[in-house]
Amino acid sequence: MKLSTSDVEYVAKLARLEVTEAEKEKFTAQLNDILLYIDQLNELDTKGVVPMSHAIAVTNAFREDKIAESLGTQKALANAPDARGEFFRVPKVID
Amino acid sequence: MELYSLTIHELQEKIKNGDVSAMQLAESVFSRIDTVEERVHSYIRLMKEEALTAAAIADENIKKGDIQPLTGIPVALKDIVCTQGITTTCGSHILHNFVPPYNATVVEKLHDAGAVFVGKTNMDEFAMGSSTETSYFGPTRNPWDLQRIPGGSSGGSATAVAADECIASIGSDTGGSIRQPAALCGIVGMKPTYGRVSRFGLIAFASSLDQIGPFTKDVEDCAIMMNVLAGYDPKESTSVKAEVPDYRQFVGRDIKGWKIGIPKEYFVEGIDPEVSSAVKKAIEVVEKCGGQCVDISLPHTQYSVAVYYIIAPAEASSNLARYDGVKYGFRTADARDLAEMYQKTRMQGFGAEVKRRIMIGTYALSAGYYDAYYGKASQVRALIRQDFDEAFKQCDIIITPTTPTPAFKIGEKTDDPLQMYLSDIFTISTNLAGIPGISVPCGFTAAGLPIGVQFLAGHFEEGKLLQIASVYEKSAAIEKRRPTL
Repeated sequence: MKLSTSDVEYVAKLARLEVTEAEKEKFTAQLNDILLYIDQLNELDTKGVVPMSHAIAVTNAFREDKIAESLGTQKALANAPDARGEFFRVPKVID
Repeated sequence: MELYSLTIHELQEKIKNGDVSAMQLAESVFSRIDTVEERVHSYIRLMKEEALTAAAIADENIKKGDIQPLTGIPVALKDIVCTQGITTTCGSHILHNFVPPYNATVVEKLHDAGAVFVGKTNMDEFAMGSSTETSYFGPTRNPWDLQRIPGGSSGGSATAVAADECIASIGSDTGGSIRQPAALCGIVGMKPTYGRVSRFGLIAFASSLDQIGPFTKDVEDCAIMMNVLAGYDPKESTSVKAEVPDYRQFVGRDIKGWKIGIPKEYFVEGIDPEVSSAVKKAIEVVEKCGGQCVDISLPHTQYSVAVYYIIAPAEASSNLARYDGVKYGFRTADARDLAEMYQKTRMQGFGAEVKRRIMIGTYALSAGYYDAYYGKASQVRALIRQDFDEAFKQCDIIITPTTPTPAFKIGEKTDDPLQMYLSDIFTISTNLAGIPGISVPCGFTAAGLPIGVQFLAGHFEEGKLLQIASVYEKSAAIEKRRPTL
């Protein structure tokens, strides 16, 4: 077992996911299966291999720094679960 | 012959000659939807009113002689591409009420080409799945056997074409999500080269792997759709400034003397014997058309699923961090403070498979594990790409089965994520390398389930894929069976 239920709890916390007790058990078993499968990568000697992060080598894509039309406050707020005036509204952050 | 059963190129002719109006065509498609949709469930949302308005406008344009490549053609959109003013859910509860303020670039392009949008199709939640069973809106069924899955994640886009609920559709492919359902539903599906089609407005899953592509009834239609979709987009920094050829000119051109790579790693035990024999027959057809087979090796193939299930969840865990209940989508009703709101919103808003992948990705990127997982996977990804670079020195095209088995039963793999992941074993390495691939029907099992053959080519060689696929399609003359619904 690579992961214990308390590891799963910790990872869930990092991911801002609340998990139920039942999910914790299930995820622990399933994530261990998956990680065990992924372990086969260690059969390969990759010393000196340059890691690949993108399929096509595109370097920084720059454009002219020109002001263009933007979304605007009304549209940006239109999907908000809660908004007031020009702001997104959320539950209190600090006591 | 019902209008809904025709191809884009057949309908283009009829529309140009005035034999068919866009309105007649739209009405034909919607009456077909009325008949079969309840059983298949291709769509999350139909856009009938918008479609009939668009068809009326198309007819006015036709009268004026303004006919674009897709004028009046009913096209379905996977519910992962943003449509201005039309709810876009990505198959998830967390986006069930999200109304995008803008269109994805592909939506703009299809609109400018005259397409009539039929609706938004069902999909695995956030495109995470191979069966369309993880959708918050319930599963889609395979029109060839309603007890079976259509493949995924773009299952609804595949069934909409296979069941004649549209003429063509758009999907996205991160590890096989266009090619696998195309194969399992008996239609044509292409994943273009990474960077060939703009991802602007595509809801992100794994940004270094995601690519948009078409589902069509035949290869010529695929070329027509690619002509509309491909091209550089200043709004998308990974789209590539490479010239886009007229893809239709490749259709039917002969392939005499082409070297056809047969990778030994794709013809191993564990493949369904009916799939294996159909693909071997396809290879014989390609040889008869003038292709010369060469044995090649893609030695790191067996590691592709493991690499994918680090890289895709890692990117997903980062991309999906934006769903926090603040700016759009679902927010939990019961939270006392901000941290609790995040956690409960995400717990209640995401389904099990999405949570699982966020957890794998978060773990793989977490302090102390990054090098062992993400770093290692990125290195093996480089080896997988090198395999293809070496292979394409020896051949023009690679042929493989698209999937190891025909469509499996609904519920068969839902409790075993790893078994589900392995159903993408022949499509995943294409995304890791960024090369294009196409799946074309190559026959049926004795039970009447469709089988697909996959052609792969080097970066930006979509033309070659369309060339061989069209030549194969014509010579093989696979029986034009339609699902009985």
